[in-house]
Amino acid sequence: MLTQVLSVFTDYTFQLVALGTGIIGLLSGVIGTYATLRKESLLGDALSHAALPGIALAFVIIQRKELMFLMLGAVVSGIIATAIIQVMTRNTVVKLDSALSLVLSSFFGLGLVVLTAIQNNPNAQQAGLNSFIFGQASAMLRRDVQLISSVGLVLLLLVVVFWKEFKCYTFDPMFSRSLGFSSKIIEFLLSMMIVLTIIIGLESVGVILISALLIGPSIAARQWTHRLSGVMILAGIIGFMSGVIGTLISSLGVRIPTGPTIVVVVSVFVFVSLLFAPKQGYVAKYILRQKKQKLFKKRLDELEEAKQ
Amino acid sequence: MNDIAINIDKLTVAYDAQPVLWNISLKFQKGKMIAIVGPNGAGKSTMIKSMLGLVSPVMGSVTHQDENQKAVPYSELKNRIAYVPQNTSVDWNFPTTVRDVVLMGRYGHLGWFKRPRKKDKDIAKQMLLKVGLPTFAKRQISQLSGGQRQRVFLARALAQEAEVYIMDEPLAGVDMKTEHIIMKLLKKLVSEGKTVLVVHHDLQTVETYFDEIVFINQEVIAAGPVDQTFNKQNIDLTYHRDRNVGEGG
Repeated sequence: MLTQVLSVFTDYTFQLVALGTGIIGLLSGVIGTYATLRKESLLGDALSHAALPGIALAFVIIQRKELMFLMLGAVVSGIIATAIIQVMTRNTVVKLDSALSLVLSSFFGLGLVVLTAIQNNPNAQQAGLNSFIFGQASAMLRRDVQLISSVGLVLLLLVVVFWKEFKCYTFDPMFSRSLGFSSKIIEFLLSMMIVLTIIIGLESVGVILISALLIGPSIAARQWTHRLSGVMILAGIIGFMSGVIGTLISSLGVRIPTGPTIVVVVSVFVFVSLLFAPKQGYVAKYILRQKKQKLFKKRLDELEEAKQ
Repeated sequence: MNDIAINIDKLTVAYDAQPVLWNISLKFQKGKMIAIVGPNGAGKSTMIKSMLGLVSPVMGSVTHQDENQKAVPYSELKNRIAYVPQNTSVDWNFPTTVRDVVLMGRYGHLGWFKRPRKKDKDIAKQMLLKVGLPTFAKRQISQLSGGQRQRVFLARALAQEAEVYIMDEPLAGVDMKTEHIIMKLLKKLVSEGKTVLVVHHDLQTVETYFDEIVFINQEVIAAGPVDQTFNKQNIDLTYHRDRNVGEGG
């Protein structure tokens, strides 16, 4: 077993894939923090599902598995989905949650239809296109990792440069606007960052599960720290570790898909944090309550005794 | 000399097809403590949001007076106007400290990209002292009581060092101690010549706290000095009438 682990670690493909999924996890953790704080977790889910028809149609158009073009297709259908959600909630009686699930499932359905049509096609290039549903990290190439890293660098830079503006807007958008910070610019940047994070994670984690990677790390991190910077850094670390550990587990077994494994690892982080975090965790809260109750009881007993 | 701080001219605001504010014309005098009262849904919050450029009107305009006594739109002198939103409008579980929230009051002066400096941090510290929370700087905002939250919001507005303070229900659901601290600070601002506009819900305290009053219920029902305008007739007109403005003749 140990030798197997060691041989995996020294394997070039593993190193490459682990690095790639690690960076995706890190970015999802950091950028996803904005999504959870703005209570937009579901939007990420809708956007990632909506990316599938874009990917499939982009392939139909260029007939090659060129990652850049496929991602472009994903962005375009993501934007269309967002526009539809906005139009639905603004101008009709459809509520946001209904609009989100409608768009999510209809776009995903369309994606599956197009994908199936492509698979019945003799083009050999289409092999592996299916991997966008559950993700297939092993398909990652060196230039994919380079692309992920450069997009990631730009995103992290934006977080640093707009730190104060993003923080203020996420906490109190009305106040931020009253100070003169354009909500249009900030909204645009934040949504673009979330969309890009989803897009670069699609190939390895898949459209169905990427939103878990976006939401999970910041939820877990929030349990351990009370500062935005702390939450973001810890969410980044949890995301990175989930990517690496998930890739490791899936490389050890036979045909264990990477995306779902990564998401399972994230979920373990989330549950452990919810249960065992100091002060905020369920266990800590339970112990505190028991202690308090004992204390109150003792005080009451003392009072009774004093009376007698 | 012109001593009008804010001039609202024929302001009409509508969400979708429904008018929320109808043909509001008001002048707010500088250096006064002004109460805005009216029932729920009367458009009080919408009115102050349109003063802050947060809501765009269907018709009419709001102008503020700058240091040269010129009437200009909000966007040209936002650093002279501080806004205190309702404290229920934000998520107090947001991971941040009291000090960082108060520091946000300095962001307008800093503009894009610039980080708060020592001067800004000193101002934030000073304002926390003023609202009676000097030891709370590093406290988690999730641990604050309702009254403390409101005082943190006031400290943030004070940190803006503005000329006009526009506040949405700063006394809603706060404890007596907080109400006392807030009103003392607002009185001090007015005595320094600043203008304070407060959306207020408690008719019992109007006479003790305010100089001027505006009754609104989608339209302006009455406006003027409290001793002349605050009477049963205007209260009844404002609170006991089903209104349907903007329809028919």
